[in-house]
Amino acid sequence: MSRYETQEHDVVIVGAGGAGLRAAIEASSRGARTALVCKSLLGKAHTVMAEGGVAAALANVDTRDSWKVHFRDTMKGGKFLNQWRMAQLHAQQAIERVQELEEWGAVFDRTKDGRVLQRNFGGHTYPRLAHVGDRTGLEMIRTLQDRGVHQGIDVFMECTIRWILKDQERVAGCLGFWRESGRFVVFRSKAVVLATGGIGRCFEITSNSWEYKGDGHALALWAGADLVDMEFVQFHPTGMVWPPSVRGTLITEGVRGEGGVLLNNQGKRFMFENIPDLFKGEYAETEEEAKQWVVDVATGRRPEARRPPELLTRDVVARAIRREVREGRGSPHGGVFLDISSQRRPDEIKKKLPSMYHQFRELADVDITKSPMEVGPTCHYTMGGVRVDPETQQATVPGLFAAGEAAGGMHGANRLGGNSLSDLLVFGKLAGEFAAALALEMTGLPELNGNEVDSAARELLDPFDRPEGENPYEVHEDMRKMMQKFVGIVRTGEELEAALEELKIIRARAARVKVGGNIQFNPGWHLALDLKNMIDVSEAIARAALTRQESRGAHTREDYPESDPEKWAKVNVIVHKKGDEMGLRLEPLPEMPSDLKQLLAPKS
Amino acid sequence: MSREATLRVYRGDRNGGEMIDYRVPVSPGMVVLDAIRSIQFHQSPDIGVRWNCKAGKCGSCGAEVNGRPRLMCMDRMDRYSPGEPIVVRPMKSFPIVKDLVNDVSWNFQVNKKIPAFKMRSDMERRFSQEEADRVQEFRKCIECFLCQNVCHVLRDHDLKPAFGGPRFLVRVAGLEMHPLDGEDRTELLRKDLGIGYCNITKCCTEVCPESIHITDNAIIPLKERLVDRFYDPLALLWRKVTGKR
Repeated sequence: MSRYETQEHDVVIVGAGGAGLRAAIEASSRGARTALVCKSLLGKAHTVMAEGGVAAALANVDTRDSWKVHFRDTMKGGKFLNQWRMAQLHAQQAIERVQELEEWGAVFDRTKDGRVLQRNFGGHTYPRLAHVGDRTGLEMIRTLQDRGVHQGIDVFMECTIRWILKDQERVAGCLGFWRESGRFVVFRSKAVVLATGGIGRCFEITSNSWEYKGDGHALALWAGADLVDMEFVQFHPTGMVWPPSVRGTLITEGVRGEGGVLLNNQGKRFMFENIPDLFKGEYAETEEEAKQWVVDVATGRRPEARRPPELLTRDVVARAIRREVREGRGSPHGGVFLDISSQRRPDEIKKKLPSMYHQFRELADVDITKSPMEVGPTCHYTMGGVRVDPETQQATVPGLFAAGEAAGGMHGANRLGGNSLSDLLVFGKLAGEFAAALALEMTGLPELNGNEVDSAARELLDPFDRPEGENPYEVHEDMRKMMQKFVGIVRTGEELEAALEELKIIRARAARVKVGGNIQFNPGWHLALDLKNMIDVSEAIARAALTRQESRGAHTREDYPESDPEKWAKVNVIVHKKGDEMGLRLEPLPEMPSDLKQLLAPKS
Repeated sequence: MSREATLRVYRGDRNGGEMIDYRVPVSPGMVVLDAIRSIQFHQSPDIGVRWNCKAGKCGSCGAEVNGRPRLMCMDRMDRYSPGEPIVVRPMKSFPIVKDLVNDVSWNFQVNKKIPAFKMRSDMERRFSQEEADRVQEFRKCIECFLCQNVCHVLRDHDLKPAFGGPRFLVRVAGLEMHPLDGEDRTELLRKDLGIGYCNITKCCTEVCPESIHITDNAIIPLKERLVDRFYDPLALLWRKVTGKR
């Protein structure tokens, strides 16, 4: 034990994106000695890439908005599988959390009368997303970062956490290594908050950075915690498809929020034919009506016209795009066209979507003020995550908390755009608050088990001990391709079975990868370790997807194309692990109070 | 369309290193970061490089390509003439950790010195988009530290203890010109951040991937503010008479 560098804190937060930073600010402001550990440099986390905005019913642009409408939209977008209490807390508290950001110095775009401007987004009934052009995530992370550095938080950058340490059944800290030196470090603590984001790197085409390898999901699983809703992986409808270098890179939904239209290769707006029954009557049914809506939005009027069908929820739009491509109506590089140039003036496009303009000009030689973009679905977000108590964000293991994308439940079967940034703030704050409360009630630090530390540490060095073996990058690429093919936007039982078989082979290959070079800043070694989490996460996704025999939200089964209101509408799929065995069980959704049920009743 | 390029990449650590040539297949639209990752994938899995978003939004992958500081993720291979090696080195002004990875920790230390935003208690929160525009330009900064890397005060004279560098002058500008901020950072600018060292050569502005007008819009107005505060004889007299700062 004494061989390892040891840090002692009340609360250790793993991940320094929006959720981690917000949790750290909260925990430290409540008097907990707080460590914030991140794999990259501070401020580079995935939140920085969030573009469109943060959803909160401020009702600045449309006074008809309220938390109740936000709650309804969120539940409807999640196909009613959401943990209702989380969705309620989120809709209620997002308002305060966004206002608080402004008190901490965030500069959102303004309305004509000088308040926070809000934009339209898919599935949100009213303009609800506070934003800064198309770089809202950067504004958020910088605001939190600059607030956080003055709070006495101990920030540990470029440190990877690989194991949750336990004292009997409760959390006692975690083990990690410094990416720069490769040396191990033990964080002793009374609580650990997982704010590690998502899992996109399990798939071939993704908007996610290298960091998104399901670290928190796997750490929780290994520590004995439950995961929930793992079958629901969001494919964002609009990723770049050309050139190959940028395949999967995100194009903000804000393009459609600002009026962008989706066209197939015949120039047809195919979304009009793709309005599901659940949303019938709420979306424009003619191009004229949709055009009127855009004119109203552009001139800052409150639109009476219904919104264009391009603003349907992401699951719906992604599936529609996939169908156009499959049926031969796609663009030259296997996507469809997204056009804003025919809808808005060049100066408006540059003002509201500056980084999209820049990104396409620099990387694809396309001027989006003049020509359409080629777009296609890209793996973007996981609704599934660590199952937490909605009030406290504590996982099923005492002392373990999760927030943000790493936590599950809030978004149900499909997340609405803009609800992620608000999720980070609301639940980051709650996780920090309750982790600190738990820690401050305890007197001493939990005991460490020296054997557990040693064996976890020893395993990390295994890849160096193999004289021969495969390149970890090749194993990773094969896994990503396989997941894309068998566990992608549309699934069948047969394909999911095949995926599970393939994962066995990949698991065996991963156990034999070899890394060259030394232990200092060695990405090959880091990837060799990450394979273990990605394989477990992939297996959890495939198993949960095989179990849910229906189509709902982001989970589409070709062999079960309908939603099942009797059985599957009423249960969550829970994944857990004991030893090497991954187990699944179904749990009924918690009963929703009648006042909230009334909010969800169809409008008369 | 398949052709190859040669990348000449620095491999080494704090104690020294060498330039090594790698042949890399080139595909349409490819950027320098793709080429480095291709080396990582096929030839040398342990090559050290930082990257995250691969879309010019996070500022992780700054390096010097053919001597020019750039984000590798936004640097198209087709801008370089085929046949000649593309030389990739880590940033010069910061210590090297390994290969293309620099130790940029000094920047985080400077940032800590800057007092946080403090909302003026007497203010209504409303302000116009025009007021927002002014500071939003500064808040676009993605902290790639390329401006710090080229600033000759830091690069050639290594005055890191005395001078905060353009990045943090931009950050202070974003706070000082914030319509709701009530903090005063002029003393900090003069002393801790050493704004006087900047002699407005605009090297920082030229390399900024976010096209922030660092010199014209951030540094010069801050310098003027300082002059007004500390060296304007009328203001000095006024302060003496009224006792106000």
